[in-house]
Amino acid sequence: MSLIEVKDLSVEIKQKKILQEINFSVEKGEVTVLVGPSGSGKTTLLRTLNLLQKPSQGIIKIGETSVDVSKINKKSTRSLRSESTMVFQQFNLFKNMTVIENVMAPLLLNKLAKWDEAHDIAKSVLLEVGLAEFQDKYPSSLSGGQQQRVSIARAIAVKPSVVLLDEPTSALDPELVGSVLKTILALAKQHITMVIVTHEMEFARLIGNQIIFLENGKIVHKGSPDKILSSDGPKRVSDFMNSVSTNNYL
Amino acid sequence: MNFDWHYFVNAFPELVKYIPMTLLLAILSMLLAIVLGGIITLLHFSHYKVIHWFASIYVSFFRGMPALVQLFLIYYGLPQIFPIFKGLPAIIATIIGLGFKQSAYLSEVFRAAVNSVDRGQIEAGQSLNIKSYKIFRYVILPQAFINALPATGNTFVGLLKETSLAFTLGITEVFAEGKMLAGDSFKYFETYLAVGLTYWALIILYSWAQSGVEKVLNTPYS
Repeated sequence: MSLIEVKDLSVEIKQKKILQEINFSVEKGEVTVLVGPSGSGKTTLLRTLNLLQKPSQGIIKIGETSVDVSKINKKSTRSLRSESTMVFQQFNLFKNMTVIENVMAPLLLNKLAKWDEAHDIAKSVLLEVGLAEFQDKYPSSLSGGQQQRVSIARAIAVKPSVVLLDEPTSALDPELVGSVLKTILALAKQHITMVIVTHEMEFARLIGNQIIFLENGKIVHKGSPDKILSSDGPKRVSDFMNSVSTNNYL
Repeated sequence: MNFDWHYFVNAFPELVKYIPMTLLLAILSMLLAIVLGGIITLLHFSHYKVIHWFASIYVSFFRGMPALVQLFLIYYGLPQIFPIFKGLPAIIATIIGLGFKQSAYLSEVFRAAVNSVDRGQIEAGQSLNIKSYKIFRYVILPQAFINALPATGNTFVGLLKETSLAFTLGITEVFAEGKMLAGDSFKYFETYLAVGLTYWALIILYSWAQSGVEKVLNTPYS
């Protein structure tokens, strides 16, 4: 059974259909990459999986939690959110906390670990993303790339079923992109399930087990990178790839 | 120039004796204003319209009336309607009057400070499944506190000067003492200049202390 199953998911904002009857599944340990032009609904889809965006209809199942969004309440929201964490384009690290406090925060505030254990976990994930020596710094003193790696560390510290990454490199200077992409690749090698929105097409090809191409709030193409992103793949995807710059930061 | 330097210099030791009363009124009014202002801010964010309206009316009422009128209402007016307030000490009446008035201003300061915290901070907390009140307590509040500090300091500066209204209720603080000195000596300019400079010195000291605190608290954001 798939780790994530999304059925007939729709999002409507002010009577405008942002997502229409989205259906897809993600296998455990695999990486799904959402691509598509601006305004196609990629970020909305990702935010909806974490219920930061309220859907209007459909069913979202992540891990053991299945939520019919028409019957959503506080309890089911928390239950679904316990399955995933999110990495934001603008990092969104807690500005009033040091790096290690940021990573410890979800563990302590959700009572997932006692202080000592949370500290050990935080140290180990910061080591994993190569930022152990920055643990006592505040986010404002770090580069964008470092902040994003802390944000990734914070997201994996709670060992979620899935990590959702919303354009994790879009806000970064080009020279900082590589370090973040390498960190995400390292997570993929550990078979951490991820859903990623990105415009880095080479990265998508390299990391993705499944590519989902969205346009106008609908899934237009779905399949393996070889099928979707190859030169003889769908014409619409090829056109899109030609329109975006393909940098290889890895 | 008919300026009595000797009198002017000697007025300060007399005025300084009443600084503790001025500070007592200002600090206790400020503490009351912070507590009430915080509560009104929370009510403002309520999803219940009635509570939200109550907070708005409270702010409008206490901001819309001169402080002196509020002091008279509390000290002279309340005992007439509610006998339980008969014998209310003037100091308490002043603290309540100034505290309520400034709480209306402070609630607006606090509201703006909370609203100015980046929405992404809340979303990050939500995405990590942290409960709303914990996001508020551990993420929003510390950041809003820093945002609110300069304007809260300004409110205190205003309050410190407004304590001079307490003389109308018969409390002897710096201004009241000045008024009595001037009445005795008829040296109005020297006396009120000394009174003004005393307030100014207090405010300089406070501003200096506040900028030090702000510098320390801003460390995470600089």
